[in-house]
Amino acid sequence: MNNQPSSRKLLTWFNPLGRNPGAWAFILNRLTGLGLTFYLFLHLIVLGRLAQGPQAYEEFLELTKSPLVKLGELLVIGAVIYHALNGLRVVLTSFGLGIRQQTQMFYLSVLLALVGTLVFAIRMFAG
Amino acid sequence: MPEQWTLTLRLYRQKANEAPRYDTFTLQVNPDEYVLDAVERVWAFHDRSLCFRHACHHSTCGACGMRVNGVEKLTCITPLRAVTQNGAVLTIEPLRNFPIVSDLVVDMGDLYRKMERVNARAVLPVTEAEIEHPASTWNPEDAQYLRLSDCLECGLCISACPVAATTAAYLGPAPLAAIQDQGMRRHPELLPLADSEDGVWRCHSAFECTAVCPSFVDPARRIMDLRRQVVGAKLRQVFGK
Repeated sequence: MNNQPSSRKLLTWFNPLGRNPGAWAFILNRLTGLGLTFYLFLHLIVLGRLAQGPQAYEEFLELTKSPLVKLGELLVIGAVIYHALNGLRVVLTSFGLGIRQQTQMFYLSVLLALVGTLVFAIRMFAG
Repeated sequence: MPEQWTLTLRLYRQKANEAPRYDTFTLQVNPDEYVLDAVERVWAFHDRSLCFRHACHHSTCGACGMRVNGVEKLTCITPLRAVTQNGAVLTIEPLRNFPIVSDLVVDMGDLYRKMERVNARAVLPVTEAEIEHPASTWNPEDAQYLRLSDCLECGLCISACPVAATTAAYLGPAPLAAIQDQGMRRHPELLPLADSEDGVWRCHSAFECTAVCPSFVDPARRIMDLRRQVVGAKLRQVFGK
């Protein structure tokens, strides 16, 4: 009866129920990775506006001043910081360094991502 | 008079060619009993058609791995008090990533074949065991004394591993830990397996294997150490040492 491994079980990667901080880091790393990939495509589309002349580009830049887009940019900033720091955590643990501290390193990555996002939020919305 | 709890056990049931379902059974239990005791009581007093695996009842055989409220547990050493409370519903399901044979019984054949493929040791000299005695405290003649390997081959790590859920060919935590246990220097013939697409590099560092391991194998740490050993072995190949 079907309970075997299958690539169709990909969604189980994102189920945090009953899992531990190591798996939460794994899930968050994938979510931020997918989000950043999506953002990269958006970024390329924006740059593509340059080819349509300065007016089209300026019009698009006006759109980016809306609070909703700014919120999206904050998500990108948070995702970049977390993904980068967790990447370092994975590199370190992959070579046997800090394995016993991997949970604390995950919490630190999340904390620094939140602090970094907050700093950018203050500058973006107050400025 | 021992403390008494009323528990509702919600058990996964599935027989061949039948759709899965959950059956519930309400029991009086002592909270210091183990989850396996409660499952056995269902079989003994409520439903003799319930299938589950068990043998030693003291965490040596590794037969009674199940998911308890969604988390992989060796049920013979998991006290009810540690996973539930009086009046609660306790959900028991089979391990993930293995074919279901009947109810809570899964086919562990794939894991056993992989353990054979990596020549996993059932016993090892005490001098090579990762136990509290530092290597320097052993005398050379102590190597004649053997102890059981820590790994019970219970399959909890395979069930908890997100990568094992999507890639059947992945060797998985227990077999990779068994390669690390033998060492790349002493067993260079295992290098192609460890260094393969479905070997040590397939691990995505979720650390779930270590979180659920009931026997202090710490597979995640061993996989990371095996990566270091593999890199060392490859460098030795390149520089001809």
